[in-house]
Amino acid sequence: MTEKILELKGVYKQFGRTEIIRGVDLAVNKGERLAVIGPNGAGKSTLFHLISGRLPVSSGQIWFDGHRIDGQNAQSIYRRGLSRSFQITNLFHRQSVYENILSAAMWSQGYRYTFWKRISQLQPLHERTQEVLELIGLQSRHDVAVNLLTYAEQRALEIGMAVAGGSDAILLDEPTAGMSRGESDAAIELIKTVSAKKTLLMVEHDMGVVFGLADRVAVVVYGQVIACDTPERIRANARVQEAYLGVVKDRQKEVEDGAA
Amino acid sequence: MEFFLISLLNSLSYGLLLFMLSSGLTLIFSMMGVLNFAHASFYMLGAYLAYSISGAAGYWFAFFVAPLLVGVAGVLVERYGLRAVHKYGHVAELLYTFGLSYLMLEAVQLIWGRSAVPYGIPEILQGSLFTLYTTTFPKYQAFMMLISILTLLALYLVLTRTRVGLIIQASLSHPEMVESLGHNVPRVFMLVFGGGCALAGLAGVIGGNAFVTEPGMAETLGTIIFVVVVAGGMGSLMGALLASLLIGVIQTFAVAIDLSLLDGLSAMGLGVGPGAFGHSVLSVTLSEVAPILPYALLVLVLIFRPRGLLGKREN
Amino acid sequence: MSTHYLIGNRPASRPSSRMLFIWLGFAAVLLLAPQILRSSLLHTHLTQMGIGMVLALSYNVLLGQSGMLSFGHAAFSGLGAFVSVHAMNLVGDGLLWLPLPLIPIVGALTGLGFAALIGYVITRTSGVTFAMITLGIGQMVYASSLMFPAFFGGEGGVSTNRVYGDPWFEWDFGPQIQVYYLVAAWLFICVAATFYLTRTPLGRLLNGVRDNEERIAFVGFNPHLLRYMALMISGLFAGIGGALMAINFEIATDEVLSLHESGAVLLFTFIGGTATFIGPMLGAVIGVLLTKFLPDYTAGWQMYLGLVFMLVVVYAPGGISSLIKPGLGVLRQTMAQRRYASFLGLALSAFALLAGTIILVELMYHRAAGATGPLHLFGMALDHQGVMSWVIGVVILLGGMLTIKPAGRLLFERLSAGEPALQGVPQ
Repeated sequence: MTEKILELKGVYKQFGRTEIIRGVDLAVNKGERLAVIGPNGAGKSTLFHLISGRLPVSSGQIWFDGHRIDGQNAQSIYRRGLSRSFQITNLFHRQSVYENILSAAMWSQGYRYTFWKRISQLQPLHERTQEVLELIGLQSRHDVAVNLLTYAEQRALEIGMAVAGGSDAILLDEPTAGMSRGESDAAIELIKTVSAKKTLLMVEHDMGVVFGLADRVAVVVYGQVIACDTPERIRANARVQEAYLGVVKDRQKEVEDGAA
Repeated sequence: MEFFLISLLNSLSYGLLLFMLSSGLTLIFSMMGVLNFAHASFYMLGAYLAYSISGAAGYWFAFFVAPLLVGVAGVLVERYGLRAVHKYGHVAELLYTFGLSYLMLEAVQLIWGRSAVPYGIPEILQGSLFTLYTTTFPKYQAFMMLISILTLLALYLVLTRTRVGLIIQASLSHPEMVESLGHNVPRVFMLVFGGGCALAGLAGVIGGNAFVTEPGMAETLGTIIFVVVVAGGMGSLMGALLASLLIGVIQTFAVAIDLSLLDGLSAMGLGVGPGAFGHSVLSVTLSEVAPILPYALLVLVLIFRPRGLLGKREN
Repeated sequence: MSTHYLIGNRPASRPSSRMLFIWLGFAAVLLLAPQILRSSLLHTHLTQMGIGMVLALSYNVLLGQSGMLSFGHAAFSGLGAFVSVHAMNLVGDGLLWLPLPLIPIVGALTGLGFAALIGYVITRTSGVTFAMITLGIGQMVYASSLMFPAFFGGEGGVSTNRVYGDPWFEWDFGPQIQVYYLVAAWLFICVAATFYLTRTPLGRLLNGVRDNEERIAFVGFNPHLLRYMALMISGLFAGIGGALMAINFEIATDEVLSLHESGAVLLFTFIGGTATFIGPMLGAVIGVLLTKFLPDYTAGWQMYLGLVFMLVVVYAPGGISSLIKPGLGVLRQTMAQRRYASFLGLALSAFALLAGTIILVELMYHRAAGATGPLHLFGMALDHQGVMSWVIGVVILLGGMLTIKPAGRLLFERLSAGEPALQGVPQ
């Protein structure tokens, strides 16, 4: 029996009278890669916001690693070992790539609000930052201010920020959004590397990425998970096909053509 | 009973004047996100212009012309100053208006001198309207209340019944959407800024002779209207009305009550002698504390309800 | 583009000998300034500059480093001043032992204490809400000062004497120059401490809360706690500034708690520039020049201060310190390419702007003062009652206003034609 690291039980979220998440039950196994797909507006990002603590749930429970995390603030959830990237780039825009990663690596390296030691003396912190920098391939851009990076570089940095702290569970919100084919492929390789031995939850629209990476796929439609299964069975699922109105069928063909 | 009624009337007239001033500020903030530090300076400008114009052409002429001139000044400030700073963000805009208030104060002192000017109430409005028990209620105060109410009614009608008003309301919350619908939002901004300043100018015209017209008038009222706008809820006209009346009541009543905690304690039978610890704090009367009450209200509201009493949007 | 706070965050990224040279140079300037500028009046100005620099540094920990705009800074420095004055009186009466040079510690503890007291609750908010709360708190403290005359001394304030006890190595701190050196020593300590802060993990996190307070939470840190710490650090240094004011002026009145004082710190820091470390200090120097030095020469100094501030807000929102590097670059290029004519054109244009403004401002103040004789300005006699002087002023000013943009554009075009790396420089 695989251990469940993240569980959502009966999660509801409403804004005023509008229900966005209408009863979600989901269990994520430790070490698995779960892709979350669904039509626009289905509530995928909202689900991420609820899990990561950006938004409070209206009702229901979220359990991570044996602890209840719904209602907790973002930093507490991060400290438990769950980190995330953002769909709309959400970095420290006036600082350099190096400094962004440095800030993201600080907590896990044990430097908490320290004001008596200089950063230049903290070797382990620099080593970890260098490690992540090389991982995401931005060594040559390390002292460029974030708002001057290209879009793909910023997306790579988003992923870097999510993994810099060595979290056990990583949530990636549309990591390849807006990328070209080549950039996507590079991103997929990066994601594979960083999520080795970690639990990965990923919102994605690109079915090629989904079917190439995911162990399981959860389909969210109108705030509910209508199916959660292996990619092949999802592809064949009639309800899913219906929800996408044929999109899955086309993608399936494209992937098969691509693989040929 | 007399005290209560008179103070209530006074608070009402003061509160309505505050609202007239802060309604312009609220509109400007709602639409442009700019907290106009110089708003009270336009109030001051209105009073001084009314003084000069009424000296030459009579009060009623000044009554109509002065606010218009102040409105034009506001339009010019927006068009040639604020717009240039807009791209640097809200802090830069705030600082711009901060510097503007400074310059306007200097300019007013240059033109009209550093001491108070004798901006008087016109004869027809002098004297008392009625007498309540033993206190007279001045005609001019009733006039002020009338004008405040009429202006606000007019504002309400314009905002809700006219096309321009609806565009303004829409721009209050969704300026980009309004612009993509084809409306000239920058021009609307300019009009709103000018209109807000004209409102402040009108408040100056009617308030300047009721209170004293001097260079310090902007500073005293300036921070109070900020309290009104922020505590009421930035972006909410109803909130500004509520806060104005609340502050009007608080300041008017508090200033007249000469009781302190010490008196309260003695009423309960606990005497605290002059040498006792804390005596100087306990002996402070409510009337002495009155100046800080609006700020205390602001701080308390922001702590317990950061978006203000009736505020809709989170910053 | 790299931001100045970047330097030194990596191991051995900048040769430490260069940093040492800068620090020694700064110390040398502090030590030698009053020896070069010898009059007692100049010493007074230098002292006030030093105090202003401490206050501006403390303010920028909040604004430039942590992104927190405050309108109530005077509450911290002012309370520091009042407590220091009382401490000095207690020492003078023999009830306490504390040598004068250590009085700023009292100020520091006061500022830190007040921030610790109110900070937890008020730093729950950020942005404009926080700015408004600080306005409210600042005004509350100011208004309270007249309510509690036992502590605040009422209208006259509380005065003290800085010459008390045994002299400190033969210095009794009576003469202004000795006060200057005391202020300079504390300034050096504050500069070193705040600079050190920017090199620590906490300094980096404060920048993070400034740039993206949401993301700082998502990398594990509590933004509320960070803002609270920023306020306490800022309060601590503001308190030191207040104590230095108390020592220098030997009095604390309600003026040190006023919105005017809070506004002045904001003005000076912003004029200097909030994005660099030296910006606030530069702003304090300029600010003191404009508010203490200039009034001796003209009645219109407030107008000049306001105009400088407005110009900075509109044309150099990064402050004057943000103009230094590009300015030096232009100078260097001009000399390298020998574009003296174009440069002269720009300089003349700027001169016309300055001259026109001065003429008109001085004429206005001269007239407002009710003077009957002509205005004597730089050796010229301008009759404010006739039309000619005004016309001259307006013409010169307009000339400057109309020609400065084209002159600037011309210079940059000429320079970037010779040096392509300059293209993309604004204007």
